[in-house]
Amino acid sequence: MTKAGSELSIDGDGKPIWVSLELTYQCPLSCVFCSNPLDFESYQKGEMSAAEWKRVIREARDMGAMQIGFTGGEPTLRKDLEELVGYANEIGFYTNLITSGIGLTATRLKVLKAAGLKHIQLGFQSCDENVANTLAGVDSAKLNSYRKKLAIAQEIKALGFPMVLNIPVTRQNLPQVPEILQLAEQLGVEYVELANVQYYNWALVNRDQLMPSREELEWAEAEVNRFRERVGDKMTIYFVIPDYFDGRPKACMNGWGSIHLTIAPDGSALPCSQARSLETLTFPSVRDHSLQWLWEESATFKVYRGNEWMKEPCRSCDEKEQDFGGCRCQALALTGDADNTDPACSKSPHHHIVQQAIKSAELARELKQPLLVREANSVVAIKRASKMSAANRVASEEAECVNNTGSTCRKESSCKSRVLSDGEAVE
Amino acid sequence: MESTNQVLLQERYIINPVFLFRWEESQDAHVLLYPEGVVKLNQTAAAILKHCTGELTVDQSVDRLVAEFGQSDREVITQSVVKFLEASRDKGWIRIID
Ligand SMILES: C[S@@+](CC[C@H](N)C(=O)[O-])C[C@H]1O[C@@H](n2cnc3c(N)ncnc32)[C@H](O)[C@@H]1O
Ligand code: SF4
Ligand code: SF4
Repeated sequence: MTKAGSELSIDGDGKPIWVSLELTYQCPLSCVFCSNPLDFESYQKGEMSAAEWKRVIREARDMGAMQIGFTGGEPTLRKDLEELVGYANEIGFYTNLITSGIGLTATRLKVLKAAGLKHIQLGFQSCDENVANTLAGVDSAKLNSYRKKLAIAQEIKALGFPMVLNIPVTRQNLPQVPEILQLAEQLGVEYVELANVQYYNWALVNRDQLMPSREELEWAEAEVNRFRERVGDKMTIYFVIPDYFDGRPKACMNGWGSIHLTIAPDGSALPCSQARSLETLTFPSVRDHSLQWLWEESATFKVYRGNEWMKEPCRSCDEKEQDFGGCRCQALALTGDADNTDPACSKSPHHHIVQQAIKSAELARELKQPLLVREANSVVAIKRASKMSAANRVASEEAECVNNTGSTCRKESSCKSRVLSDGEAVE
Repeated sequence: MESTNQVLLQERYIINPVFLFRWEESQDAHVLLYPEGVVKLNQTAAAILKHCTGELTVDQSVDRLVAEFGQSDREVITQSVVKFLEASRDKGWIRIID
């Protein structure tokens, strides 16, 4: 009867399983690795109303979605967060709040608990106060992000919420990984996600200053394994060597339009939170279309669904069912064509671009360039500054070299690779 | 993978409170929901987990399953249930109560 250990994974059978609602891009913090759009301020005016969000929540549930994430920006800036969480819970969603913790209070947490909130993911930077506040882009005299987060983490646990501590790993906080894990253990956190920084938007701007080296990552991996052995299964630590160093891309979103759907603050339906970087695509809004139409009929969701769109080397590769050819946004940002194999793959003819980025980050250690904090109205200034950066210098040399070989080369949401776990087949 | 956790017949188990175990109409199956994850369970897995409420011992739960599934070979069922519970414990889905 039982065949424990044989794996059966759910793919949603064409239904969205996970829906992320980016309630707002506004945020009290200014993280240097933030994956939000560089022009985040331009979304403030067009934010969806509570009634509009509720319609989306209903439609997603009717289509079979089970997990809902309230994120942003900082979702707690929305006064109607409690109402939306309550509604989602009522109609059967497992509700996740993805927050920086700034804006939460013990009182609000109690209301959220009563509304049925099931889990809180807290974004965390470091157990070192200075490093934490630097990465959060704040002046600690004005807003001590580190202390606020620590205090709210304790409140979250006091109320018995399961909690994920999400720490994007950078060169600055990597040396503190063992102490961060200890702190998480003391807090009673169930899950720690040592997240690989995805180099999109603010993180891409700061890539040279943020990216750890392979040696540093391997050291951190060994520390994580040592910690795992000591604490056993009371804490789950997610940590994988990042795609830039792995030779294989991430299984981005479990495949385009496969199980995941993000709704931006203005109602645009996105196959992943970074998708808007694909400028050749249009992103119709839930304000104008039903969620079902967007998912099933819109060209945007169909374009990279399945593997018909793939070029070589993915097309004839036997790993395509595992990584779906990687990330379309990364393919575009680094190779200039979203249809290309993700250059994180060692089989990609553009893999040297990723290798160059690693080299460039190494070179930048000497340069000691400042980190740019997330700030409104800075797109123009960033474009100007980035022309001078080491990354671009290397990248422009690269562009020439690739052009010489005949192919064109111009010049990156965290991926929910753990959205689905494998089920147990029991026959 | 060899299980790192041994499950004994006199023990009692509960579903880890971090997991939400429920029927999901759209999947036509029982599911386990947890922070940012979903596990779809087939009928037998769900039947075993349903008994993980802390009331029954593993042995008593086997009695019920034998009755529910009209199976005659109790030994085979016991082995399968223990194996499944060990795997579930490894995955953190269930916890022993003492
Ligand atoms: C964009 S934030 C929005 C929610 C909230 N403001 C927060 O920081 O938790 C969502 C999650 O992504 C993480 N994150 C932000 N930028 C990232 C990046 N470039 N790569 C990987 N994770 C990132 C944050 O730590 C957080 O856990
Ligand atoms: S990652 Fe930082 S800046 Fe970006 S939304 Fe979250 S808290 Fe705000
Ligand atoms: S060639 Fe494409 S499908 Fe094959 S491993 Fe690389 S990215 Fe994945």
